[in-house]
Amino acid sequence: MPKPFNTLTATAAPIMRSNIDTDVIIRIERLVGNSIRGTLGKWAFGSLRYLPDGSENPDFILNREPYRQAEILVTGPNFGCGSSREGAVWSLQEMGIRAVIGSGFGDIFFANCFQNGILPVVVDKVVVDSLAADIEATQGAGKVSIDLEAQTIVSPSGARHTFEIDPRRREGLLKGLDEVALTLQRDDEIRAFQASDRAARPWIHFARTPASRTSA
Amino acid sequence: MKKTGRTMLAKIWDQHVIARLSEDTDLLHIDRHLLHDLGGSRGLLDLKSKGLKVHNPELTFATPDHAISTAHGRAGTSKIGQELLAALRVETTASGIAMFDVDQPGQGIVHVIGPELGLSLPGATIVCGDSHTCTHGGLGALAFGIGSSELTHVLATQALIQRRPKTLRARFEGKLPLGVTAKDMILALIGHIGAAGGTGHAVEYAGSAIRELPIEGRLTICNLSIELGAKIGMVAPDETTFEFLRGRPYAPQGALWEQAVKAWRELPSDPDAVFDREVVIDVTKIIPQVTWGISPEHVIGVDGRIPDPKAVDDPARRAAIETALDYMGLQGGAPIAGTPVDWVFIGSCTNSRLSDLRAAAEVARGRKVAAGVRAWVVPGSENVKREAVAEGLDKIFTDAGFEWREPGCSMCLAANGEVVAPGQRSVSTSNRNFVGRQGPRARTHLASPASAAASAIAGAIADVRMMGR
Repeated sequence: MPKPFNTLTATAAPIMRSNIDTDVIIRIERLVGNSIRGTLGKWAFGSLRYLPDGSENPDFILNREPYRQAEILVTGPNFGCGSSREGAVWSLQEMGIRAVIGSGFGDIFFANCFQNGILPVVVDKVVVDSLAADIEATQGAGKVSIDLEAQTIVSPSGARHTFEIDPRRREGLLKGLDEVALTLQRDDEIRAFQASDRAARPWIHFARTPASRTSA
Repeated sequence: MKKTGRTMLAKIWDQHVIARLSEDTDLLHIDRHLLHDLGGSRGLLDLKSKGLKVHNPELTFATPDHAISTAHGRAGTSKIGQELLAALRVETTASGIAMFDVDQPGQGIVHVIGPELGLSLPGATIVCGDSHTCTHGGLGALAFGIGSSELTHVLATQALIQRRPKTLRARFEGKLPLGVTAKDMILALIGHIGAAGGTGHAVEYAGSAIRELPIEGRLTICNLSIELGAKIGMVAPDETTFEFLRGRPYAPQGALWEQAVKAWRELPSDPDAVFDREVVIDVTKIIPQVTWGISPEHVIGVDGRIPDPKAVDDPARRAAIETALDYMGLQGGAPIAGTPVDWVFIGSCTNSRLSDLRAAAEVARGRKVAAGVRAWVVPGSENVKREAVAEGLDKIFTDAGFEWREPGCSMCLAANGEVVAPGQRSVSTSNRNFVGRQGPRARTHLASPASAAASAIAGAIADVRMMGR
């Protein structure tokens, strides 16, 4: 069940390159296995964060103070595009990120954020650019505040921006709702749908067979 | 008042609404759920840890593809890959989920086997924990990739909470020139509207060039929808679709088939349906495409020149090009053709079907892979492999110096340890040229199977139209 998200005032790091895909956020070999949760934080942005010899890349923003403490990322266009790997969100979460602010995100990454209590905020590119400029003007010392209830962002300069968010998803984050549990409360509706759909589209619904592995 | 026409997306969507949750969000029934070795057992274990059971195991199907080796005998599958395979066997068996196991007909890349087995059907909702699930839209399905949490949600409920996307119709008009393929069509579209051009949209591919395409080409087109930001891509089902599906193991048979086809004929968008956005591509102007950078939108015609950052005024765009060229080890302004390559990979859910292998074999027949180039052919499924062998394609490839391998995802994403070495350059028929996608610091150029085969022979990025066939 995701942790509720309400307000956050934290260090924010601008990572403004376009099209940072989820492969760049977390490499696939870190995700091969069933016991990976809790191991991913140090591998987030691996190809940007570490040099080929494994040492930290001093040029990468999250390797610099105060950005190491960042809980908010301000991102370039199309952040989180590509692979559906939820490990991208897990790795950000495990390195302490709780919100991402950008002009647009990969659709699947965006959905995965909500599933984990991470707030993705979509605002106009001019707002993203001005936030990044305000943060850089304070060398990262100025905090960014997000209020999900009020749907506002306050930049280090004091500039206040509002943002839009799907009311359902907002409520889910505010309360830390568990979607599986909520949907299971509608199981009667699911079963009723299946019964009538079986009559309408019988080719979709297979008979349930005993547990076995099959070939075709 | 005249009722406005409906899009195919709206028709399929509305058929699957179990409950309306808000103005634009619905609880949708999921007709097919495909599991693979990378996330399948994890999802089933997650479900178990929550004390829940699989809601509809008979609508759920599993196969290993991501983490298994594609070497003969699956030699070289890592310890963790073997553990994932074993866990998939145990957990699917325990839940009553059908699994197509290694060496069995039916095994293969999930997005190859769904259509091949007739699991993927027009009008069906199909999900999988893999972003290239959009592939199945080539048959007129509403198919999209999901994350791990949504995967668990589908296992537990056979339903998913989804916000209705906007619609984009991409019309490909005209007759495809010789040597130009479905892969080139979709790469050209990505180059035209960008890697975020379809974000938040479901794309319907239409137009005369789509109607002319066989199903495998339509699957390739839909496969790359996610590379233009759209998690859903679809093509209206037609006679070509029905002929493709007729007689497949999981497709309806007899009277049920007739009933299904009748329903499927109602699915295409109405002539007066309105899309939120529309793009038209003249396919007669498309030439074979190849990527030069680190996003699929970094794409040009194979006769073109690599963008020169010095010629770009916008500082952000200039910096993006410089970053890409630095990673790729390329010179801005130079012709892309003739760039020497170390690797050629023919495979992946984009381009590993029989017609892809035939197109590559046509170029490879009687020729030799250039010295110093390693070239792999990885069929998309066990059935594709067997059909290709029956036609002698494997022999054409091995005679030419290609390595013929077992089905799986392999070097598309290198989850099984099959990687392009750091700094090496690969021409790949896969879908992503992302930083490190084919291995740390590997450099990937996306292209069609014919172009990839031509590049293997030439030892450099090559224009297949110059190969004289």
